[in-house]
Amino acid sequence: MEYILIIIGAVFVNNIVLAQFLGICPYMGVSSKVSTSVGMSGAVMFVMTLATVVTYLIYHYVLVPFQITYLQTISYILVISSLVQMVEIILKKVSPALFQALGIFLPLITTNCAVLGVAILTVQKEFNLLEGVVFAIANAIGFALAILLFAGIREHLDLMGVPKGMQGAPAALVVAGILALAFMGFAGLV
Amino acid sequence: MSQLKNFTKGFIKENPVFVLLLGLCPALGVTTSAFNGLGMGLATTFVLVSSNVVVSLIKSQIPDKVRIPSFIVIIASFVTIVQLVMEAFLPDLFASLGLFIPLIVVNCLVLGRAEAFASKKNLVSSLVDGLGMGLGFAFALTLLGAVRELLGSGAIFGYPFIQGDGMLVFVLAPGAFIGLGYLIALTNLIKKNE
Repeated sequence: MEYILIIIGAVFVNNIVLAQFLGICPYMGVSSKVSTSVGMSGAVMFVMTLATVVTYLIYHYVLVPFQITYLQTISYILVISSLVQMVEIILKKVSPALFQALGIFLPLITTNCAVLGVAILTVQKEFNLLEGVVFAIANAIGFALAILLFAGIREHLDLMGVPKGMQGAPAALVVAGILALAFMGFAGLV
Repeated sequence: MSQLKNFTKGFIKENPVFVLLLGLCPALGVTTSAFNGLGMGLATTFVLVSSNVVVSLIKSQIPDKVRIPSFIVIIASFVTIVQLVMEAFLPDLFASLGLFIPLIVVNCLVLGRAEAFASKKNLVSSLVDGLGMGLGFAFALTLLGAVRELLGSGAIFGYPFIQGDGMLVFVLAPGAFIGLGYLIALTNLIKKNE
């Protein structure tokens, strides 16, 4: 039950993009086509889950015992960026097909604040390891849901007569705002 | 390019938020009031100026292949300083900015300026660039915060301007997206008329 609450909370109620404003850069950047959004979502899910596990272990088995929790930000960002590099290298060797699909999105993920944000939130919310993993996967699903819905709308938006000053980013942001409005309907669910 | 031009480019012409669309996460996340926007903007300015200066000073010592990780470590150190100082002296602001303070590390604006500007230019130019871009960012966040605060609760910086309750939606998440959308449209208009 507890896990179901975490999942519903992270996917719908506190959606990572539309309610918490994390991962806006890829959200605006790669959401012009549904196909690229799928690739980005896959890469985010992969890295976010891995990063949460690794940073959880580092926090509880290195930072806390040595009483250096103030190094959290520095150590997390270093771990995440090297993790992304490692995933890239391993994926290239083990599964070239998956690498082809996720390849160009992986380097972008280092500066995706959603990954670091979820890692820090897992510590702040005092989750245990399993809860942290469920939380990370649920947030990645929430990211995928938001970006896919948005990409679907943007593909149609291209065919519409948008006023000149509103073309591009402004129209996309207003659409995201309306989407966020729709997601507010989930508030109070958990 | 003169230093004055270098300084002022961040406000409208190359505004990080309205034109370059960098650092949108904090721009949307913390701007529930003008004060929060200003606080976040100044914190980012400090990190940006300090990292630009350090990167510019040691750019010849950093091997090309590991420059991005080195920049990230430099930026993360300054973010930790901001985090500790703010927690000690401005606990209220720290609580309302919350997660977005450590996330300055992954603000594309800071790394972007280190990579695109400070690693190539001299100390003074990098300092001026960091200050201009940072204040441009702070300006954008304060403006968005003021607009949302005014529409949402009828006040700016806590001083009431309009009687009544205002439109709550502008303080909540959707108002951030819609407000920023229209501010970017407005910037496009200003740039076109120049």
